[in-house]
Amino acid sequence: MPVVTKKKAAAKKNVIKLKFDTNWSYAPAPESKSAASINSQYDLFINGGWQKPSSKKYFNTINPATEETLSEVADASETDVNKAVTAARNAYEKYWKKIPAKERGKYIFRIARMIQEKARELAIIETLDGGKPIRESRDFDVPTAANHFFYYAGWADKLEYAFPNRRTEPLGVAGQIIPWNFPLLMAAWKIAPALATGNTVVLKPAETTPLTALKLAEIIQESDLPPGVVNIITGAGATGAAMVNHPDINKIVFTGSTEVGKIIQRAIAGTNKKVTLELGGKAANIIFEDAPIDQAVEGVINGIYFNQGHVCCAGSRLYVQESIVKEVIRKLKDRIETLIVGDPLDKNTDIGAINSQQQLETIHKYLKLGKQEGAEMYESSCRLPSKGFWCRPTMFTNVAQSSRIAQEEIFGPVLSILTFRTDDEVIEKANNSPYGLSAGVWTDKGSKIFNMTKRMRAGVIWANTFNKFDPTSPFGGYKESGFGREGGLHGLSAYVNLIG
Amino acid sequence: MITSSKIHLPDFSLSPHIDQVGVEERAARFTTRSIKKETKLNGLKLVLNMIDLTTLEGKDTEGKVKQLCYKAQHLHDAYPGLPTVAAVCVYPSMVKTAKKAVEGSGIKIASVATAFPSGQSTRTVKISDTKYAVAQGADEIDMVISRGKFHEGEYNFVFDEIAAVKEACGEARLKVILETGELGTFDKVRRASDIAMYAGADFIKTSTGKIQPAATMPVTLVMLEAIRDFYYKTGKMIGMKPAGGISKSKLALRYLVMLKETLGEDWMNNEWFRFGASSLANDVLMQIVKEKTGVYQAANYFSID
Repeated sequence: MPVVTKKKAAAKKNVIKLKFDTNWSYAPAPESKSAASINSQYDLFINGGWQKPSSKKYFNTINPATEETLSEVADASETDVNKAVTAARNAYEKYWKKIPAKERGKYIFRIARMIQEKARELAIIETLDGGKPIRESRDFDVPTAANHFFYYAGWADKLEYAFPNRRTEPLGVAGQIIPWNFPLLMAAWKIAPALATGNTVVLKPAETTPLTALKLAEIIQESDLPPGVVNIITGAGATGAAMVNHPDINKIVFTGSTEVGKIIQRAIAGTNKKVTLELGGKAANIIFEDAPIDQAVEGVINGIYFNQGHVCCAGSRLYVQESIVKEVIRKLKDRIETLIVGDPLDKNTDIGAINSQQQLETIHKYLKLGKQEGAEMYESSCRLPSKGFWCRPTMFTNVAQSSRIAQEEIFGPVLSILTFRTDDEVIEKANNSPYGLSAGVWTDKGSKIFNMTKRMRAGVIWANTFNKFDPTSPFGGYKESGFGREGGLHGLSAYVNLIG
Repeated sequence: MITSSKIHLPDFSLSPHIDQVGVEERAARFTTRSIKKETKLNGLKLVLNMIDLTTLEGKDTEGKVKQLCYKAQHLHDAYPGLPTVAAVCVYPSMVKTAKKAVEGSGIKIASVATAFPSGQSTRTVKISDTKYAVAQGADEIDMVISRGKFHEGEYNFVFDEIAAVKEACGEARLKVILETGELGTFDKVRRASDIAMYAGADFIKTSTGKIQPAATMPVTLVMLEAIRDFYYKTGKMIGMKPAGGISKSKLALRYLVMLKETLGEDWMNNEWFRFGASSLANDVLMQIVKEKTGVYQAANYFSID
């Protein structure tokens, strides 16, 4: 039959293409904004109540998908930081270090339950303020945040089992500075273990995504947690610097860029502050020729396009064994076409808005750079909304180990694809990075997984999966990806002194 | 038709491996798509049009088959403008009756053959079973593979048997039932899919409906991905038929989502995708009527066959 012959010829020329733009397309399925209440203005949550900023200054937080202003939040100055730290210190001395451990646990359980009760509202606000798809905030961010509180609530009165034959004492006041990529989840990662171990907290969310942390402040207020145990203040870099330099803070916990992490390190040198840093990454995701390829491709997609690639452990450096590189790239291209980019509130959206204008500019800088470096750029054919900050899911092929797009953290939906021939070669290449936060290995052979994980210098290594998180599992980096671990038992030890 | 001599035959023991956790996760992801309004209605109509309305019972009679054939053409006359199902699927002995009953409607007659459902017979019997069904007027043959031989590693035997049945089919399209519930692992489902496609299957099909588990989304996804790889290698499209266990509209719509996002537009029709089901149609009808009227009607408003 001539039709088949024609198709066969097409196969030979490799022009066969699947058409994903089907007649049967998904009607819009937007989550309702009305289920979330956002105040027009937020003050600082200090000592169990809302206080005006001493500077009287407020700044806007916008929806990156529409550029509309959602609310204005207080800009905390040094005076406000001081107030928050004083409140945290008083709460620590007066109540928190004295009350029985199981009472601490009760409060944390209560917060966890309240997060679950308000899950829908929190998910909507997270999506409005940060641009991430509602599918992710609903199915990942909010439930995982609640799980962290549940997990650490359980540890509060069992610390003697977490650290057998040792006694623990809390550190005191923890200053916690969190990033804009997982605002509520990062707040949970930081607050839950600090409270469980008996510390009090001053937390600052990122300036582009403060709203869910402020909603969490409302939950904390409603939970009757003693005033001052958790203080949540908003502001930009200057507010963070005032926290880092405050003499009465005992512990600094920071998740964010390596650049700022280094500044914090310098600032606290010579003081007796303890520190945990969770910084950037450029994770190697490695596919061997014996891998389950379709599942590996799916893992690569989730590894780099989850949360628009605004993930410190994103699998942004893909290493593919040379014998399967054509097949893998073809499958990645097909899969990229099926990703739905657009309104983050739509339940079918896979990729939402880039978090800020500034981040979009950074991503564009790297797209330009990648092309200049001679890599081949391929992006999805999807249409982008006219307002807001958007970037198509993109991948670069023919990338060299020495390309900057293979070395530097882009923090966007941009995948760099490199190739390798042998196990030793790929281990060397994967480790050839100043970062060491995470990595992925895809192979059907168990012994190869163990060989790889033993020799790769990364804090988290996933085998035949990627971007899996659980409160019981520690997370943290090697090298310039930071130090200290969050999550699991390890996450407790960051907030205690071991004595006796 | 592409003869196998023109296609480079792969070593089937090297069929791609499947990671169970990964494929189950991917299949679950399709279920989070929100299908509403006109998407839902159009999807439901498409589902109806993809159904192989099936009766495969020892107690099947001409009376039963005739009634089923009438239903196939008149799914719910109270609601005008509905499509018909794609085909009626019966045993070879009922093909003649069915063929006559659907005459002129465009509905195909599919017949199971090859010592369905176990396939435990000789090749001679299987070939004559197939030829009989075709001679009676079957447009499509649903054969079963020899799972015992497959488990013994006799891939050549399985391949040759499929090729022989394909030859016996003549103009009839051949659906090859892998009976995935008896294969045990996704790796084996993938391998059996590859064998069937290279041996000449026009369709690959999950199950007979007689063994549990029958069709599941992960197992169907593994087969759709095998079809996709085969298409890229040879340029030849192969159809897919999940059968057994799909009785609710919601689940059927999720299969459509999976089809759309795995193989795309060319497969979104009953030439290339079928649901093997006996009770799915009525649930779909109930949903379609609900979309129009806003209320669910009792099951008694829909004829059982």
